[in-house]
Amino acid sequence: MNARLSTFNMVSLVAGFAFLYLPIVILIIYSFNESRLVTVWGGFSTRWYVALFQNQQLLDAAWVTVRIAFLSATVAAVLGTLAAIALVRFGRFHGRTLFSGMVYAPLVMPEVITGLSLLLLFVAIGLDRGFWTVTLAHITFSMCFVAVVVQSRLLSFDRSLEEAAADLGCPPVKVFLVVTLPIILPAVVAGWLLAFTLSLDDLVIASFTSGPGATTLPMRIYSAVRLGVTPEINAVCTILIVFVTVGVIAASLAGKWHAAKAGRV
Amino acid sequence: MSGESLGSVRRAFAPWTDPDAKPFVCFKGVTKRFGPVMAVDAVSLDIFEREFFSLLGPSGCGKTTLLRMLAGFETANTGYIFLDGVNISEVPPHRRPVNMMFQSYALFPHMTVEQNIAFGLRQESGVSKAAMADRTAEMLKLVQLEGYGKRRPNQLSGGQQQRVALARSLAKRPKVLLLDEPLGALDKKLREETQFELMDLQMDLGLTFIIVTHDQEEAMTVSDRIAVMNEGRLVQVATPGEIYEQPKTRYVADFLGSINLFDGTLASRNGAAAVVETGAAGPLHVLIDEGTELAGSATIGVRPEKISIGFDRPNGAGRLNTVKGEIWDIAYYGDLSTYHVKLSSGTIVKVTVTNTTRLVERPIGWDDEVWLAWPPEAGILIAE
Repeated sequence: MNARLSTFNMVSLVAGFAFLYLPIVILIIYSFNESRLVTVWGGFSTRWYVALFQNQQLLDAAWVTVRIAFLSATVAAVLGTLAAIALVRFGRFHGRTLFSGMVYAPLVMPEVITGLSLLLLFVAIGLDRGFWTVTLAHITFSMCFVAVVVQSRLLSFDRSLEEAAADLGCPPVKVFLVVTLPIILPAVVAGWLLAFTLSLDDLVIASFTSGPGATTLPMRIYSAVRLGVTPEINAVCTILIVFVTVGVIAASLAGKWHAAKAGRV
Repeated sequence: MSGESLGSVRRAFAPWTDPDAKPFVCFKGVTKRFGPVMAVDAVSLDIFEREFFSLLGPSGCGKTTLLRMLAGFETANTGYIFLDGVNISEVPPHRRPVNMMFQSYALFPHMTVEQNIAFGLRQESGVSKAAMADRTAEMLKLVQLEGYGKRRPNQLSGGQQQRVALARSLAKRPKVLLLDEPLGALDKKLREETQFELMDLQMDLGLTFIIVTHDQEEAMTVSDRIAVMNEGRLVQVATPGEIYEQPKTRYVADFLGSINLFDGTLASRNGAAAVVETGAAGPLHVLIDEGTELAGSATIGVRPEKISIGFDRPNGAGRLNTVKGEIWDIAYYGDLSTYHVKLSSGTIVKVTVTNTTRLVERPIGWDDEVWLAWPPEAGILIAE
């Protein structure tokens, strides 16, 4: 590795990071703005954070969002793990290509299409839109992310570990619980965190599948922005950014921690 | 020499020669196909209690598949497997009283050494905590890893991991221990030491060991009997001595150790020996059974160490098989030297000589003319 960065490298690095993160930094700075006007700096204040915690609508939306994210991430982690196991373990079963295509389709499917098709489905089967339909929709699209993460871990899994456990008298289901699951757990956790953050900041699919009484935080923010941005929105966004950042960092740390552990074997 | 004892007699243990002995592990017409590939082809094999048995062959010969079928990881397409008289063909792996030591060791990375060793005992109901701890400690002592119980597998060296794998597979006191290339990952010195440790362990515990290996020296060292496999079939099942000194087929002769093969036709009889006309080395004498028909093609195999080499044409009994040639190549190993001698027919014959003296008056050198000789009983008649 180069010990010293050249001027060119330095400039491109700074420019790149600025391009990516300057808007976010500005948003965070202005969330501490004293002024009511978003674009005019009126001194440091945390009044918008205080106002935020008195805004019942926003708090309700946040609570709905967290519940949906938690529930959908948990179900997606279970289903995604099972899908990954089916894809890796069952060899070339009939319809494997179709199955893997269907598992991965939501990864590349435009969210608008996913949202619209789910909406049509919910309307067709007469399901009342609300908390549960958003949760179902989030499970559908975040499951494939879990499947991808867990699948890559399973591909490098030494099958003889399971054979060794069976050989020592461990019945199949217990083998999965005491040998396979603990070893792939970091990938499952990383997948869960990914699904959680995806659900947390989803606007498009939630807009399509939500109903009265189940407005998520991104939806609330979006509708508020249409009436004009207030520093209060900046404050919400800042909190959301903190959440997502912590989630992503935790997910990558879980992966790294495991890679480091496996690397020592 | 021939007929009496072949190779070294390891111990007075030979249940396979006793027609009344009951086999402990028994394969009956076992066949396993993977798609179009015949991995194991109609194998019938008896292995006896307390035997150290090797499955030997090149990779892809079906030896590992055979072992995995005994462990229950593969199901035979046809045939049956019996263990101690019980048909275990349909028994799932976790209910079979055999344990396996894996080539990759397959130690559970998320458990300590102790937990790894106790894993099998924990699966049994009715083993008390104290009994489990006792057995684990006993196993650690057996493989000389006392004090390593609290470590994780990734904190151990390859040799230590190998011992933990061995301890884990022995902890349940299986009726049969299966070892899949157990020493493949160790370096040569450690491998040789461990071979003897395995032999001692097998003797002390009185267990039946079945080992899969592609290393012929390893198989020769540790085994009571060896099954040589090729393309899914058993080619020869015999003691190491028999396999080496009396290979049944050209394949076995060639696979184990080094051998010079002379193709020819059976021509006539000269006392107890038959004369085989070979294109490569002229008429050669080889011992032959009384009733064998003196016709058809035959191959004579001679191990390099059974040929003597010298500057002068030998006299007396040694004159029956004498061939002249010139030194083509010399491989000096320190303890041994192997001479590649080119005959007038162009055939290269390998001759191995033990370097018993440090100083030789006139050493054999490149392009020297030499005489090779061997008695009729040194040759092996391969009737194939």
